Amino acid sequence: MNVFYSVCLVLVILSMLGLLYRVWKGPSVPDRLVALDAVGVMLISAIALFSILFDTPFFIDAILLIAIMSFIGTVSFSKFIERGEIIERGPNR
Amino acid sequence: MVGRRILLEFVLLIFLPVIFAVLVPFVYKKIKGIHTGWFVLVVPLVLFGYYASFLPLVMDGGHAISEMKWIPSLGIAFTSYIDGLSLLFTLLITGIGSLVVLYSVFYMDREKEDLGSFYVYLLMFMTAMLGVVQSDNTMTLYLFWELTSISSFLLIGFWYTKDKSRFGALKSMMITVFGGLMMLGAFILLSIMGETFSVRELIAEAPELVSHPYFTLALVLLLLGAFTKSAQFPFYIWLPDAMEAPTPVSAYLHSATMVKAGIYLVARFTPIFGSASTWIWLVTGIGLLTLFWGSFFAVKQTDLKAILAFSTVSQLGLIMSLLGAGAISYHATAAVFGFATYAAIFHLINHAAFKGGLFMIAGIIDHETGTRDIRKLGGLMSVMPISFTVAAIGSLSMAGLPPFSGFLSKEMFLESMVALRHFELFNFDTWGILFPIVAWIASVFTFTYSMYFVLKTFMGQKKFDQLPTQPHEAPIGMLISPMILATIVILVFFIPNVIGKWMIKPAVMAIQPTLYANPSAIDIHVKAWHGFGAAGLWLTIGVVAFGTLLYLTIPKWQPLYRMQPDSLSLNNGYDAMMRGSEKGMNRVSRLYMTGKIRTYLLYMFAFMSVTIIALLFLKDAFVLDMNSFAAITLYGSLNAIVLILSVGFVVFAKSRLAAIIALGGVGYSVALFFVIFKAPDLALTQLVIETVSVALFLLAFKHLPALSTHGETKRNKMVNLIVSLSVGVMVTLVALSSHSQKMIPSISQYYKDTVKTEAAGGNIVNVILVDYRGFDTLFEIAVLAIAGIAVLGMIRLRVSRKEPTDENE
Repeated sequence: MNVFYSVCLVLVILSMLGLLYRVWKGPSVPDRLVALDAVGVMLISAIALFSILFDTPFFIDAILLIAIMSFIGTVSFSKFIERGEIIERGPNR
Repeated sequence: MVGRRILLEFVLLIFLPVIFAVLVPFVYKKIKGIHTGWFVLVVPLVLFGYYASFLPLVMDGGHAISEMKWIPSLGIAFTSYIDGLSLLFTLLITGIGSLVVLYSVFYMDREKEDLGSFYVYLLMFMTAMLGVVQSDNTMTLYLFWELTSISSFLLIGFWYTKDKSRFGALKSMMITVFGGLMMLGAFILLSIMGETFSVRELIAEAPELVSHPYFTLALVLLLLGAFTKSAQFPFYIWLPDAMEAPTPVSAYLHSATMVKAGIYLVARFTPIFGSASTWIWLVTGIGLLTLFWGSFFAVKQTDLKAILAFSTVSQLGLIMSLLGAGAISYHATAAVFGFATYAAIFHLINHAAFKGGLFMIAGIIDHETGTRDIRKLGGLMSVMPISFTVAAIGSLSMAGLPPFSGFLSKEMFLESMVALRHFELFNFDTWGILFPIVAWIASVFTFTYSMYFVLKTFMGQKKFDQLPTQPHEAPIGMLISPMILATIVILVFFIPNVIGKWMIKPAVMAIQPTLYANPSAIDIHVKAWHGFGAAGLWLTIGVVAFGTLLYLTIPKWQPLYRMQPDSLSLNNGYDAMMRGSEKGMNRVSRLYMTGKIRTYLLYMFAFMSVTIIALLFLKDAFVLDMNSFAAITLYGSLNAIVLILSVGFVVFAKSRLAAIIALGGVGYSVALFFVIFKAPDLALTQLVIETVSVALFLLAFKHLPALSTHGETKRNKMVNLIVSLSVGVMVTLVALSSHSQKMIPSISQYYKDTVKTEAAGGNIVNVILVDYRGFDTLFEIAVLAIAGIAVLGMIRLRVSRKEPTDENE
């Protein structure tokens, strides 16, 4: 069974490499951003596979965290691309 | 051999002037009606009287010592060691000091001058000088030596609003402090060689010191100190510039006392170094060269004080050369060399007397006519008869004529130099013939400038209409001091042996302690008349004849001086050196201090990597132990490829946004490494921090400059590449070799064993953070708090942009 997980892991990392190629090439910033978001998803899968391989429950927190972080990161990037800043000033200032 | 019991701890007397100096400003401010100098006069008079009471003790070859511990653990103490030599100098300092203070009462105007500062500096100098001549401890001797430099600096720059005063003060400070530091080096070497700071103990150990490898170095360093202080060639250049000081200062410091500190040093250390040929050659040779040089250039000067300054330089050279010749007595038994030391001390006293007087006369002329330029002066004899008499006595004594004291010492000097020819060691038989010739020519010039000084000023045609003020005789108070000195000059001629017995022989005993059993054993009897057979007599007659001839033809040959271009003078050399070193240092610092952080980082990284890599291989510290390596996993290597690609992307990115994204990639793959190496806590933290810092980069994005390559030439890039590669190599090598050689086993087993039993926790990382090593965590919390407050401060407290923030703008 371990062989199956290992093959999955290698595939995940290879797809990560593919996504990195997209980050590299671009050509536009949104292309890179979507690729990075997908890298986050690949990371989740990789860590899940690792915890199965290492037979440990300690990395489950990390999976949840990456899900949150990758979401926050993508949102802030998107907002940055759209508005040019992440945290806008309040209307009364 | 202390002849009597001395109740007072007389070492404290050294500090009497400086303690009194504290009171001077109060006296100056509170007592308006009376010139402050009258109060100050008490100090040197009391000291002179007290120290004179040591004369009988010292005359029998005794000495007195009084010590006050300062740093006992290092063996440093204030000492007052009074033997013949130090007593002689002490009496000169206090005696001439009293006369100078008396003179200054009439010279320095109470209304116009800042007398409070003047007397404070003068008293400070007096303490320093007493300390120099009485210290038996080399460290305190050095301390007082530097204090003389500093107080001399203050006194030369007394009229600090004048540019020339400040220049002269700085120049004398630079040169004498340079010498002082060299001398400190000599003292330290001596203390290493002899394992003591005490001069007497060093003298006792002198025979062993001679063979020490540091001996010659210490000798040269000590002579550098003595030569700079005593204005010997080529360090004499500060003395003419020091003439910007008030005249009492020139008379006191720059003729009678401070410039003789170097003479004192040479005399004091003759018992240690005197037996070395280097010493004899250097002291005699440089002394004679200075004598010749100073006397030759004195005729060129047109300023009265400058003539006297060059004359001081040349007379100091004379004394120095005699001390060198006196050191020969360690090798040759001929009586004439013991004679030389006697002559040196004798001339030292004479010079202090007549040169002090001459300076005071120069000051009087300046005071009464408003100028010191010899070209504007003339025919003052009829209006200033007393000054003329004193000046004539001083000049004739300086020229070496009877019936004045200078005649006796000059004759002894010429005899000693003639005798040098017969000394056979150290190549003196080859070159020794030069010494009497140079000495004789220098004496001719001495005669010439002495005549030049007195005759051009007081004789000739009257040019009173050119003078700023109408000349008249000085007030009697001003004339008292030079008159006393002139009286001494004449007295010494008629009773030389009384002074010899009381003062000179004990001093000679101190310089040549091994030669005589006690002062009365020195069988030197100075006579004015040696008969027609004496060489000195004929040489003196020759000096007078040729000197007169030279004086009469001055207008014909004085243009010769113009043949020496200014660019070749030593002063110009000094100026060029100062300017050049400033310019050079500026250029050097501008070369490496570019103000760009990039350059500084380059230096740091290059230096660090080169040193560490060199050290690794020089010390054979690089070890590669393949057995301790773990097996390489497939995921590990794949993730490494991801990491390397992301890093490469950060480095080669064309836009800043792309670089930030790639940096996020780096952070995430590092987090993945933490997962692979089973560190869940680290992975969690890394993920959060990475996201936050990427967000922060984006937050600051608007304020970041565009990613540009301005100023990045190809060469710069190559240098950066080389340095970054070498840093990478260094870190890799260090990591590999430190992994390969673990000196001690890890302590982590203890944590594993006790995490549950001792600390009641399951998560080792967290238990270490808050329990085993909670202090680190505490201060990392503090770091975070400080960073937060600092960010808040930076954002809120914005200084207006209009204010210049860079001081260079």
